[in-house]
Amino acid sequence: MARPTQERSKALVPVSLPPVADEPARLADPRLGDVDEWGRSERMREIARRAYAPIYERWFRVEWEGMENIPAEGGALLVANHAAAVPSDAPAIMHGIEVEMKRPVYGLADHFFRSVPVVGTLWARNGGVVAQPDNAYRLLREQGQLALVFPEGTKGPAKTYDERYRLRRFGRGGFVEIAMRAGVPIIPIAVVGAEESMPTITRLPAVAKALGLPYFPITANMLALGPLGALAYFPSKFKIRVLEPVTFDVPPDQERYSRSRIMDASEEIRESIQEALYDMLQKRRSVWFG
Amino acid sequence: MGRRVLITGLGTFWGGRLAQAIENDPDVDIVIGLDTEEPKVRLERTEYVRSDENYSILSRIVSATKVDTIVHTFLVVDSTQTSGRRLHEINVIGTMNLFAAASTPGSTVRNVVVKSSALVYGATSRDPRWFTESTSRKATPRTRIERSLLEVDGYVRDFAIDNPHVEVTLLRYCNVLGPDLSTPFSKALRLPAVPSVFGFDPQFQLVHEDDVVRSLLFAIGDGKSGIYNVAGDGLLPWSEMARICGKATIPLPFVGTNLAAEPLRRFGVDIPPELLDLLRYGRGIDNRRLQEAGFNYRYTSAGAVQAYIEAVRLRGTIGDQDDQYRYEEDVEQFFRHSPAVVRDGE
Repeated sequence: MARPTQERSKALVPVSLPPVADEPARLADPRLGDVDEWGRSERMREIARRAYAPIYERWFRVEWEGMENIPAEGGALLVANHAAAVPSDAPAIMHGIEVEMKRPVYGLADHFFRSVPVVGTLWARNGGVVAQPDNAYRLLREQGQLALVFPEGTKGPAKTYDERYRLRRFGRGGFVEIAMRAGVPIIPIAVVGAEESMPTITRLPAVAKALGLPYFPITANMLALGPLGALAYFPSKFKIRVLEPVTFDVPPDQERYSRSRIMDASEEIRESIQEALYDMLQKRRSVWFG
Repeated sequence: MGRRVLITGLGTFWGGRLAQAIENDPDVDIVIGLDTEEPKVRLERTEYVRSDENYSILSRIVSATKVDTIVHTFLVVDSTQTSGRRLHEINVIGTMNLFAAASTPGSTVRNVVVKSSALVYGATSRDPRWFTESTSRKATPRTRIERSLLEVDGYVRDFAIDNPHVEVTLLRYCNVLGPDLSTPFSKALRLPAVPSVFGFDPQFQLVHEDDVVRSLLFAIGDGKSGIYNVAGDGLLPWSEMARICGKATIPLPFVGTNLAAEPLRRFGVDIPPELLDLLRYGRGIDNRRLQEAGFNYRYTSAGAVQAYIEAVRLRGTIGDQDDQYRYEEDVEQFFRHSPAVVRDGE
């Protein structure tokens, strides 16, 4: 019977002396790239920002309000409404903050992205991180970073045009629990314009199921531009309003937090973003010019 | 009285390497090694006992030798090297018998160290960036090797609960690289171009073989019971690893990857399914617990890759060094063990 040759071919008999138990010196770390533990590369991000800048400045003409509410240092959880069939809000928010505040922003999103070839890698290199409690805790509490999350999840971008600017349920309030545990403030952000950049007319659940996608939209862009519409946004005017930080009067690092407090806080934040959206929409004269 | 150590898998790379290192420790009185095959390395004072791979005779050895420490290095963590049936025998049945022997009434065993693998965490898109020792895996295990190692986990846990007077340490290692070790992972890095999965650039953690042996030595002793991840610092993208090796990557298609990996098997690179998962999603294991316990790594992840490729280059130039016969060994053995030799103090 063949014996397991596990790790024992002849050529690999150790020729060096066995290691000694006492402390040898620590050796240098010969890294070549700048990809951090999350997969983000500042070099890659710089290239992406340069490519995205014209879209940000000329196409969506993004305007910010209240960016001073985002802390210049330390962890904070940015929470925004989510829209457009292929969400256009995340790149705009991340770009704006990184350019203005010179701070990296990590975008927490569904693990689905990670399993898509090419997209998953580009997503990670540009600051995408799987939305997962352990990841969020480490980013916010241990590393004091900014993390952006969309509590609506895929329910936000999946909604059709007639439901625009009406916020979906904010999950089960997991984002509040994370912020409590990490001891960081939540910064609510309201985005106007993303809904009109790629409105969903209808969804094809059968196609989504066959392709293994969370949803499969037929967008106005597709009807207007054909296949190109799968990628091209309409030039809607973007306005982003950063609301007052929400802090929680609870100690960090607890095993569990009161369910009712979490749900109350989650609902409050949802309502504050919803109100801000209505306020911004009241003042908006044109979808295209703001 | 010094320690009396029993090592399983003495004929494997790790068993032999660990025995060599333990022999240097003056606090260790007796080193006994079990395996089905003779050790491949030169050993000075380790006693080799031939056994079957699931240690059915072990309880007798334990009671006869009164060992106080068992280091279980003989867990198969590379599924390309053995059939599924043998894998089950070695990992599951072997570990079960080992613990049965260690917990017989009157057992002198006070310390058990088990060398397992980070394979127990799996590799999926849902994974957290870092697995801590208490993070549970996110998908049910698909491969036999993962299932067997999870069963071993269960035995270790049960044994630790049933024998509170025994210090039980379970070490989970990430992929190992080093000058002397050959695994599917290291073979892949030796190819003219390193295989990858198209569109994926996962991040890996590596640990150098010397740090593996040092961590095993570190785990022997008091106050180190529990589970520890062992992995070098830093998460390294696969593409960067290829760059450190000075190589290009050749992408395998992302559908039917397993089929496409078939031709590589002709080059002696048998990519097991658990490595294919890793080539998509990578894996990070949080190594802070072992460092907090006082262990210092010598190599980072990138350092392990560099040390490995430098050794490969050296070998490519000077060739493999065959083990040459040295008569001194046999003479030493004679002096040490033959009744014909009159020893001092007898």
